[in-house]
Amino acid sequence: MSTLEIKDLHVSIETEQGVKEILKGVTLTVKTGETHAIMGPNGSGKSTLASTIAGHPRYTVTSGSITLDGEDVLAMSVDERARAGLFLAMQYPVEVPGVTMTNFLRTAKTAIDGNAPAIRSWTKEVKEAMAQLRIDADFAQRNVNEGFSGGEKKRVEILQLELFKPKFAILDETDSGLDVDALKVVSEGVNRAHAAGNMGTLLITHYTRILRYIKPEFVHVFVDGKIAEQGGPELADRLEEEGYDRYLAGAGTAVQA
Amino acid sequence: MTETTEKARIGAPSIAGFTEEGESLSPTPVATGPLGGDAAKSHSHGGGYGIPDSSRAGRLTSYRLADFPELKGTEEEWRFTPLRRLGGLHKDALDGAAPAVAVEAPEQVRVETVGREDPRIGSAGVPEDRVSANAWEHFSEATIITVPSGVQLEDRVLVTLTGAGLAAAAQHIVIVAEEGARAVVVLNHNGQAIVAENVEVVVGDRAELTLVSLQEWQDDSVHASSQQVKVGQDAKVKHVAVSLGGSLVRLTPTVRFAQPGGEAELFGLYFADAGQHLEHRTFVDHAQPNCVSNVLYKGALQGKDAHTVWVGDVLIQKQAEGTDSYEKNQNLVLTDGGRADSVPNLEIETGLIKGAGHASATGRFDDEHLFYLMARGIPEDVARRLVVRGFLHEIIQKIGVPSIEEHLTEAVERELEAGDN
Ligand SMILES: Nc1ncnc2c1ncn2[C@@H]1O[C@H](COP(=O)(O)OP(=O)(O)O)[C@@H](O)[C@H]1O
Ligand SMILES: [Mg+2]
Repeated sequence: MSTLEIKDLHVSIETEQGVKEILKGVTLTVKTGETHAIMGPNGSGKSTLASTIAGHPRYTVTSGSITLDGEDVLAMSVDERARAGLFLAMQYPVEVPGVTMTNFLRTAKTAIDGNAPAIRSWTKEVKEAMAQLRIDADFAQRNVNEGFSGGEKKRVEILQLELFKPKFAILDETDSGLDVDALKVVSEGVNRAHAAGNMGTLLITHYTRILRYIKPEFVHVFVDGKIAEQGGPELADRLEEEGYDRYLAGAGTAVQA
Repeated sequence: MTETTEKARIGAPSIAGFTEEGESLSPTPVATGPLGGDAAKSHSHGGGYGIPDSSRAGRLTSYRLADFPELKGTEEEWRFTPLRRLGGLHKDALDGAAPAVAVEAPEQVRVETVGREDPRIGSAGVPEDRVSANAWEHFSEATIITVPSGVQLEDRVLVTLTGAGLAAAAQHIVIVAEEGARAVVVLNHNGQAIVAENVEVVVGDRAELTLVSLQEWQDDSVHASSQQVKVGQDAKVKHVAVSLGGSLVRLTPTVRFAQPGGEAELFGLYFADAGQHLEHRTFVDHAQPNCVSNVLYKGALQGKDAHTVWVGDVLIQKQAEGTDSYEKNQNLVLTDGGRADSVPNLEIETGLIKGAGHASATGRFDDEHLFYLMARGIPEDVARRLVVRGFLHEIIQKIGVPSIEEHLTEAVERELEAGDN
């Protein structure tokens, strides 16, 4: 049983116009076995929260804390966070030149586990996980994300989730840009990882669509860098009907439609 | 990605995340933020590819230094080279001791040391620039390596050239693969030297020669090498240039088809550290019909003032019908402060060809790549190594000599380690 705890997190970025505060006091606790949906309009800071947890250098934490089982996550480098058990499925995975998927997956697995996986069982595991996510076998020999479609990139993120077995998965709009079939395949992947029983999930999404396949226990509405409301799955149903307008009215100018 | 590709060729590999680059388009100190978007700042230059001001066919060739005007550094072929750092190779008398030559070869191979008057000297080409002519005027003896007619070697021929000091010197090597011969010859340049070198290579009819030129000089060395290859009827040559060590290395491999039906592959790999200038200028002269050429050079840059230059000239002459040619250069800039110049030049004098293509791309291993790999638990130094290894491996695996491939893989690892601290 692990706990990821975010307390009163304030985050800003440097822009050409100067420093801009994006997260304005986020408090959230996720435990192993739980699924939390974070829903909010574009520009509300969802990706900022995800990237800050992963340690992207662009984001500066000005106050607040993130801890994993009491350990200070903010003091860890990006790779240390991943090895500590945090996984971010990115909204826009980058293409990495010159590195094949096979080589990348093995290198990452070795780094995360601290020793190289046994080659035979690893190869089999990768193959099976790829098949379940309907990723073509020849992707193994292609360079990481190179020339993959948007949907393929998302599947490859979930492939890594299943192979690396993190303590906490943060899925940043993994659903966007997926057709219904892909959405199902990807959701099944997340549910499999979840069913193993050792993972907590932070599911970031703009739409309620994915919640048909992945069932959160907690729903947080994210507006203008803060959690505006939280509740159970019924909150998502309400958002489905009413949209975000109700929150935006009072949120000021920072939020784009 | 987009690449400049003339008469697009199907199946030409590309690296996504790399952006199109043309002439001298990598002012890498460009400040891009971590989320700066594209892997490299790109801009395409006017005409897509450059026709040199004066045709490559019209370039002056002569054995005599005096026939070449003194260099100003603004000449098309010298504009990227810092002449101050050339150790006088372009103007001084080159009377230092040439790097010692040691040849390890199977017994069928003839290895000779000859004087300037040997008739085989000059059989592959005439100097095409001032430094080459200066070397020609000053060398005192030449090494001639001959793989006799019909001999097919199992083992490579290893020519080790070891420099022992910084007195400017001239070197001359002649390699002949006679009719139907097959061989791999490796020139391994190491030690400390300031040397201008002419390597003449004659590939006889139906012969197959792989020539690997390794530049693993010590840090303060300067090396200018003109390597001219003459290709016979239905002959094949694979020329591989690998430049890792030295303060300034400037290699000008030229392949000239002397008969129809020849095939040439020119591969190159370079890794420039802080302060290094590594320049490669390839020239493929399609002077005969039905020849095939393929040029692929890949380079990595790491550290302040690392500078690489690739200029790829291809001339398809009027009579060279049925030509199929392609050339490509890719650079990977690993840190700020490096500069990769990349210039493909294609001159086509006949429309009756199978293909003529070129591509040039300079990519940057940026913070987003690094973040992605590190977010998967991979430490920074391992991440860098992973990318560079993958990038350069494409060339290493083309060499086809396992011992050299291993050696180079290790050498690339050492380059990376050197950059880590
Ligand atoms: N690279 C950036 N440059 C300038 N502003 C940015 C950048 N990244 C994010 N922002 C701003 O931060 C805010 C939150 O963005 P983001 O976290 O991506 O929101 P979301 O994921 O909810 O759509 C937005 O107002 C956005 O414009
Ligand atoms: Mg987002």
